[in-house]
Amino acid sequence: MQALFGQLLIGLINGAFYALLSLGLAVIFGLLNIINFAHGALYMLGAFCAWLLLERLGVGYFWALLVAPLIVGALGVVIERTMLSRLYKLDHLYGLLLTFGLALIIQGVFNNVYGSSGQPYRMPDVFTGGYNLGFMFLPKYRAWVIVASALVCGGTWFVIERTRLGSYLRAATENPAVVQAFGINVPRMITLTYGFGVALAAFAGVMAAPIYQVAPQMGANLIIVVFAVVVIGGMGSIGGAIITGFVLGVVEGLTKVFYPEASNTVIFVVMVLVLIVRPAGLFGRER
Amino acid sequence: MPDAAVASDPARTAGAAPLLAVRGLEAWYGESHILHGVDFDVAPGEVVTLLGRNGAGKTTTIKSLMGVVPRRQGSAVFDGRETIGLASNKIARLGIGWCPEERAIFSSLNVVENLMLPPEVKPGGMSVDAIYALFPNLRERATSQGTKLSGGEQQMLAIGRILRTGARLLLLDEPTEGLAPVIVQQIGRTIAALKEAGYTILLVEQNFRFAAKVADRHYVMEHGRVVDMIPNDELDRNMDKLNTYLGV
Repeated sequence: MQALFGQLLIGLINGAFYALLSLGLAVIFGLLNIINFAHGALYMLGAFCAWLLLERLGVGYFWALLVAPLIVGALGVVIERTMLSRLYKLDHLYGLLLTFGLALIIQGVFNNVYGSSGQPYRMPDVFTGGYNLGFMFLPKYRAWVIVASALVCGGTWFVIERTRLGSYLRAATENPAVVQAFGINVPRMITLTYGFGVALAAFAGVMAAPIYQVAPQMGANLIIVVFAVVVIGGMGSIGGAIITGFVLGVVEGLTKVFYPEASNTVIFVVMVLVLIVRPAGLFGRER
Repeated sequence: MPDAAVASDPARTAGAAPLLAVRGLEAWYGESHILHGVDFDVAPGEVVTLLGRNGAGKTTTIKSLMGVVPRRQGSAVFDGRETIGLASNKIARLGIGWCPEERAIFSSLNVVENLMLPPEVKPGGMSVDAIYALFPNLRERATSQGTKLSGGEQQMLAIGRILRTGARLLLLDEPTEGLAPVIVQQIGRTIAALKEAGYTILLVEQNFRFAAKVADRHYVMEHGRVVDMIPNDELDRNMDKLNTYLGV
């Protein structure tokens, strides 16, 4: 029983990261039609930002949670303006290749400078200890990751699906030319959307720093699974990306209890099954 | 070739300085040269149509005015401002509202969201209630998905949403295409009401019987040029000529 709840918790934690990352990918793919392979590297960059802020400047975790996404988001804005914006008229493949190249460069640079072994990030003092729930022990920081991630995901969903700003975004995803001809600055919206999407990745990176090692490859290992999550949820579906992220984290956790050998592959098995039954993904619309 | 000069003859336009003056407008889609120097004027408060066969360049003219074709040159002065070279969002902000031929109702937005989508570009736009008074169907379907509406309702939505923005020049691209006669009549009454309210309208039409009921003047397009201008009150005398142009 203890093992079951323990793995469920780990599953939810992993799911929280899957949800944050696949949400960013879904938002970016929806508007930019670019499969952002640099997402994992930017997640890693978020974690390194937090680590550097703490080590070099003594800036703590909560400030890092705000500052690191801003820094990485600004970098995203530069990437979009100087590189991605030149590719929109070409096939999706070029955006994928460019961002894949960027990911390799960013990871390579950090590998050279900081080495491939991870750097530990000290857990903020407020999060030491945990809650005894009777059937299991819930560390405070794990609870925080789940709650904070759910809030950020839910807030993003609300803004996109329920507000005026979000209606611009949804409309521009369908028909950018007409939205722009109504007087909306669509190119700027695209730039800010990319910045926001990668800021979400950096936010996830900061949240991951105290749990996992801050290492150059941390994003590369995660991003493959996250792409599978996006495919299962359905490309471009905001709610689908969030729900699928959390659910698949739990599925993975449960597999660790019942058939540990399959825990690394279960998500890809699910992906294959979903693609056979619903090629557009669970929440995607057939185009 | 018919008398092309008549199109830009100021004496034949409605007097006052034009709200929209188009001169030598050319447009391309990739290698295809679609517009070869389009000239016409629209005076404030006028309803003017572009008539012509399929492929004459009517829709491309509208899209060029709106800045959504890949390449265009020439001159299109709206309210004293040159618009060629402006991005389409800047053109809209000058006070031009576009109702595209394909209507472009957004399927991921409900009716209210579609209606509220275009931002206000000038003060003095219609209130949502006034738009609902004009198109009562839209109020009933407010929370429906935009593309679940009938063709006629989608057209009403496409016109209604640009009335909220305060745009004074409306570019309506084939608003009656594929609609039932009773809906066409309703659109006709709407255009008459908008003219009454002081809107200036440039209307693309295939259906010139409809155009004759609502417009002040008609420009005839052929092969990417304006080849003739017929005031509506001289339409009867020019029926033979018009039939030849339109191939009816």
